[in-house]
Amino acid sequence: MADSSAPLTAADVQQIALLARLQLSEAHQAAYADSLNRVLGLMDSLARVDTDGVLPMASPHDRAQPLRDDVPTEPNRRADYQAVAPATQDGLYLVPKVIE
Amino acid sequence: MSELHLLSLSEQIKGLASGQFSSVELTQHYLQRITNLDPQLNSFITVTPELALEQAAAADQRRANGKATALTGIPIAQKDIFCTQGVKTSCGSKMLDNFIAPYNATVIGQSNAAGLVMLGKTNMDEFAMGSSNENSFYGAVKNPWALDRVPGGSSGGAAAAVAADLAPLASGTDTGGSIRQPASFCGLTGLKPTYGRVSRFGMIAYASSLDQGGPMARDAFGCAQLLQVMAGHDAKDSTSVDQPVDDYVSGLNQSLQGLRIGIPKQYFAEGLDAEVKTKIETALKQLEALGATVVEINLTTTEAAIPAYYLIAPAEASSNLSRYDGVRYGYRCDAPKDLTDLYMRSRAEGFGAEVQRRILIGTYALSAGYYDAYYLKAQKVRRLIQQDFLKAFEQCDVIAGPTAPTTAYALGAKQDPVSMYLGDIYTIAVNLAGLPAISAPCGLDSEQLPIGLQLIGNYWREAQLLNIAHQYQQQTDWHRQRAPLARGQEA
Repeated sequence: MADSSAPLTAADVQQIALLARLQLSEAHQAAYADSLNRVLGLMDSLARVDTDGVLPMASPHDRAQPLRDDVPTEPNRRADYQAVAPATQDGLYLVPKVIE
Repeated sequence: MSELHLLSLSEQIKGLASGQFSSVELTQHYLQRITNLDPQLNSFITVTPELALEQAAAADQRRANGKATALTGIPIAQKDIFCTQGVKTSCGSKMLDNFIAPYNATVIGQSNAAGLVMLGKTNMDEFAMGSSNENSFYGAVKNPWALDRVPGGSSGGAAAAVAADLAPLASGTDTGGSIRQPASFCGLTGLKPTYGRVSRFGMIAYASSLDQGGPMARDAFGCAQLLQVMAGHDAKDSTSVDQPVDDYVSGLNQSLQGLRIGIPKQYFAEGLDAEVKTKIETALKQLEALGATVVEINLTTTEAAIPAYYLIAPAEASSNLSRYDGVRYGYRCDAPKDLTDLYMRSRAEGFGAEVQRRILIGTYALSAGYYDAYYLKAQKVRRLIQQDFLKAFEQCDVIAGPTAPTTAYALGAKQDPVSMYLGDIYTIAVNLAGLPAISAPCGLDSEQLPIGLQLIGNYWREAQLLNIAHQYQQQTDWHRQRAPLARGQEA
């Protein structure tokens, strides 16, 4: 991929789309390259903000992750959850063959 | 009883309590209005008449048994982002068009426990990504004030439904302004609570560190009543905070004497529509007349909030939406040739353009070599934004300004994503900081479109925001103005 100052090309978008598991046509790659470059243009102003010594903030409240007792709380509802799956068999999710 | 929808929520509560009308009658009335008017608005994705009448009958029975809460028997429209057991929960996406939720979001469970009657699920921008409700798989929603205008987004269906009197109350969610901006565009009151105040369990995730559910209603009283139902700690959401819940309804009669209102000069700078500015200034004068004082404050990070938000939110979205893989639930492409093809085509065919754009931005910002320059930098700016607010709250109790730079714009007017993103300038910093904020109607522009006043509070000060909006609404009647469609006229 290009460095962060150079505009994204359709080929860059194709690479990003592969990471995101999105199948894009060539026309879509070019269109997204154009709109992504306009959006990334907004980000230039961030570089002007002095953030030396500033700690990154991931969430509004700086709290430790709460932990609960390690005991089961949910009943087994496999059939309910698999009822909304595209394809299942014998309680398993079906996908195209992975191992030949 | 043909005018039940014209009663205020407070009058509807009294009417149910005194037996003047039943919940079944009230529910039938709203269902009829949805049938008659929603084809013009497209505010609902799913209407659930049988379930609604069943819940209404149960509410009437509960009242007869002396077990009614304040909102028992009152109808509500739930945003289609909240999982509702046995009901299609699409999140505005083709990806979830076939998804019947197998469990209830905590917000849905709380509404059911209070005896609220669900009329249906409201339209929204796909996965809550949008500011105009034009990004829905189910089509755009129209603004009841003018059918050629957007209702705002992403809770656009919720706002249009309440503004057209198709429901007295609605739930919304707000990641970057998605409750407040549609409330502003549709002349409603909408509250985005403090991050962690309302459970996110079963609320389909967009950006987990920003998303927060909240109430939408005509007035602050309605928002106070609904927030009372929605607020509280939930062990099923690890970001839910165990903080005492205030009594929002009984807190609505506090004097504003001595209240210090901070006015950020950055919120009145270039880009703000002149008519919006005038009405906000008038509203501030009215608050001063109620005893408040105004101090100028400085939120220097205002402009940086837009790029910070449009990196952090897509980064979180790209991670959250990786769950849609065409395997466990949701859309799957036809005849996948292998597993990668299944993933790539299911996601390309199931997600709309704006969702794909944000996934691509987020994936890029999180990728090796770009993480520090984009995502980490945005997280540092996020802390500066929070510090900016905390410093401001040393000088004032609440911060006031416009909710949006303009009133509702024409459908199709903003084709460029950047111009759409810039419209979020006054709302997104609040989500980055995790603060509560309310939008309340404060006037109409020369085209008779509503304008919203935004009040931002310190952490956990929802009661204060609701009280200020309520005191303002005791002196003004903007919240009682009705859209032409709700008055039975052509919009």
